[in-house]
Amino acid sequence: MTEYIMTEIVKHEPTTIYIKPTAGLAALNLRDLWIYRELVFFMVWRDVKVKYKQTLLGMAWAVIQPVMTMLVFTFLFDRVAKLPTEGVPYPVFSFTALLPWGLFITALNQGARSLVAHNNMVTKIYFPRLILPMSAVFAGLVDFAIAFVILVGLMFYYQVTPAWNLLWTLPLFLLLAIVTALGVALWLSAINVKYRDVNQALPFLTQFWLFATPVAYSASVISEKWQILYSLNPMAGVVNGFRWALLGVGNGPDVTLWVSTAISVLIFISGLFYFKSTEKTFADTI
Amino acid sequence: MTTAISVKNLGKRYQIGAAETRFRYNMLRDVLMDTVYAPVRLAKAMVGKSDRRVNKNFVWALEDVSFDLEEGRVLGIVGRNGAGKSTLLKILSRVTEPTKGTVTVRGRVGSLLEVGTGFHPELTGRENIYMNGAILGMKRAEIDKKFDEMVDFSEVGQFIDTPVKRYSSGMYLRLAFAVAAHLEPEILVVDEVLAVGDAEFQRKCLGKMGDVAQQGRTVLFVSHNMSAILRLTEEAIVLKKGHLIKRAPTPEAVDFYLSSGQAESGQRVWEADEIPAASEPFRPVAIRIKDRGGNVVDTIRSTEPLTVEWEYQINAPITGLRAGMYLSTMRGEYVFTSFDTDDARQYEQFGARQPGRYISRCEIPADFFNEGRYSLGVNASSFGVKRYFMDENALSFNVDISGAPGTQWPELRQGPVRPRLIWKIEKIG
Repeated sequence: MTEYIMTEIVKHEPTTIYIKPTAGLAALNLRDLWIYRELVFFMVWRDVKVKYKQTLLGMAWAVIQPVMTMLVFTFLFDRVAKLPTEGVPYPVFSFTALLPWGLFITALNQGARSLVAHNNMVTKIYFPRLILPMSAVFAGLVDFAIAFVILVGLMFYYQVTPAWNLLWTLPLFLLLAIVTALGVALWLSAINVKYRDVNQALPFLTQFWLFATPVAYSASVISEKWQILYSLNPMAGVVNGFRWALLGVGNGPDVTLWVSTAISVLIFISGLFYFKSTEKTFADTI
Repeated sequence: MTTAISVKNLGKRYQIGAAETRFRYNMLRDVLMDTVYAPVRLAKAMVGKSDRRVNKNFVWALEDVSFDLEEGRVLGIVGRNGAGKSTLLKILSRVTEPTKGTVTVRGRVGSLLEVGTGFHPELTGRENIYMNGAILGMKRAEIDKKFDEMVDFSEVGQFIDTPVKRYSSGMYLRLAFAVAAHLEPEILVVDEVLAVGDAEFQRKCLGKMGDVAQQGRTVLFVSHNMSAILRLTEEAIVLKKGHLIKRAPTPEAVDFYLSSGQAESGQRVWEADEIPAASEPFRPVAIRIKDRGGNVVDTIRSTEPLTVEWEYQINAPITGLRAGMYLSTMRGEYVFTSFDTDDARQYEQFGARQPGRYISRCEIPADFFNEGRYSLGVNASSFGVKRYFMDENALSFNVDISGAPGTQWPELRQGPVRPRLIWKIEKIG
């Protein structure tokens, strides 16, 4: 009896919400993002759960995709073109780069389409819109984890010793990959709400970006004077960082990494602002 | 009493007519130039500079709307299509941002609009409950606590671990509704106009709304159904072209709306901006009430037959079309519903209708109506397929009963109909 009364009386004081036209920093509203943090978890969980439903091979696709790419690269660039790999067996060399690249590409594709794909949510209910590109990017981490296991197997097979003393930097490079992917996804998803040209441009963009990133080849083939220009591509920094942290090849953090990081942060912050400034009309224009 | 909702000078502006440039192409050169300039236009649009060639038209869907609502009150919102009702609810539920003005809302706002949002066909019922709950802003612990209750309410029981794509549409809706109904927001907004589902489901929605109101929570209710507004709300506001033109106890507000809103006497013509895009390929043109002499009238005599004429345009072939009307009293009680293809032979002939301009005409016999004002609603649909167009209060008209049966006694007769029945009086003893 007493318990019953207690639960009835203890009632949350409802929070007051102010709705008004927003501008600038106030529009960021990070408090709401925190309140809705569980939704990010649920969206990621749903994406992962649904991704390979009604496929014959299921989760095996997370393994097949990077492995097939690696085999094609090995044939083309190792057997045929004989690119230098700084003493590392080519399969390990390229697979190390394919890990962050795969994460980036999934995050970018899913992230850029996230708002349009969930337009029924956008037009019907309130929730911080940032959650959509964010969870699309985070969902890519599951495939990344699976591919990571394959990499460990590959390194074991080819008897490549990991660069133990550098391994702790790996999470930092992973973070850089996530920030880059999220930044680009913020820009593209917000533009996509109004201009569906993004859908058309995405395949081309990802292909172009792959050529500009040292996934299939080593960054050392780029001549010294072009290195700074080359590092304007933040994914170049990420991929070099992965190889350095895992295999101990390359120069390690130098000025090019800082340029990559700065560009990545710039894309992320500007993306956040662009997203936030257009967010208020998403429901009207989508 | 505390204020649950406080709306101040609220305004929402929409941009329309952006597609206009698409029809300008006359020459290939224009097309080519347009293609060449497309990236430039995109860049300009992104930095916020407008392209002069794009004709910008703005409409204020809502302008200068202010009102306060105390906690625990039920407020009805009435107005024609395009009056700004849905825009108001969208702002209150934070789906879209206002252009000006402020709203202060005390508590969580829930709407029955969001039923099933985020449901994924591949996920099981159980998984969808958690997913949908999280989308609606529930905490995981909260969902855990209410889970059994939701499953009971939805009556899907043993199928809870089956992917919802295997559900019947009824099961799907019940499950979706169960989640929304257990959200228990402090403020509930209900837009009946946009509510999905069949009549049974809509009844359930209204029932839930009544429960919520009885628990002392605040409710905003939008409907074209005046009887529902009268039954469920104490007070109502009337919106017209984005402005709040009246706030009064519901009977008074409804009266005001029905008698002032339909100023056109005996005829209602639909303007282009009053027809929702979703009604394509069906476009209503006008509905008229004519007396025996063929004149368009606002007041008819109950002792004479009257003709209802509905004119409309069909832009693409429609199969199974029925265009018809609802007739109801001012208080919102239905008198009858009738469609132009109710007759089986007529349906065979006109069910599949080719593009063109049509008039569906019917006669309501003499000695049918009682005195008072009646409301005529229209509906064009293909049964079980699509509802093209509906306006529950397209037109209202007066009935004058001079000469009708029983008028020798100056009294108010109960009931919406006043038939001339043949009485036989026999002396049996």
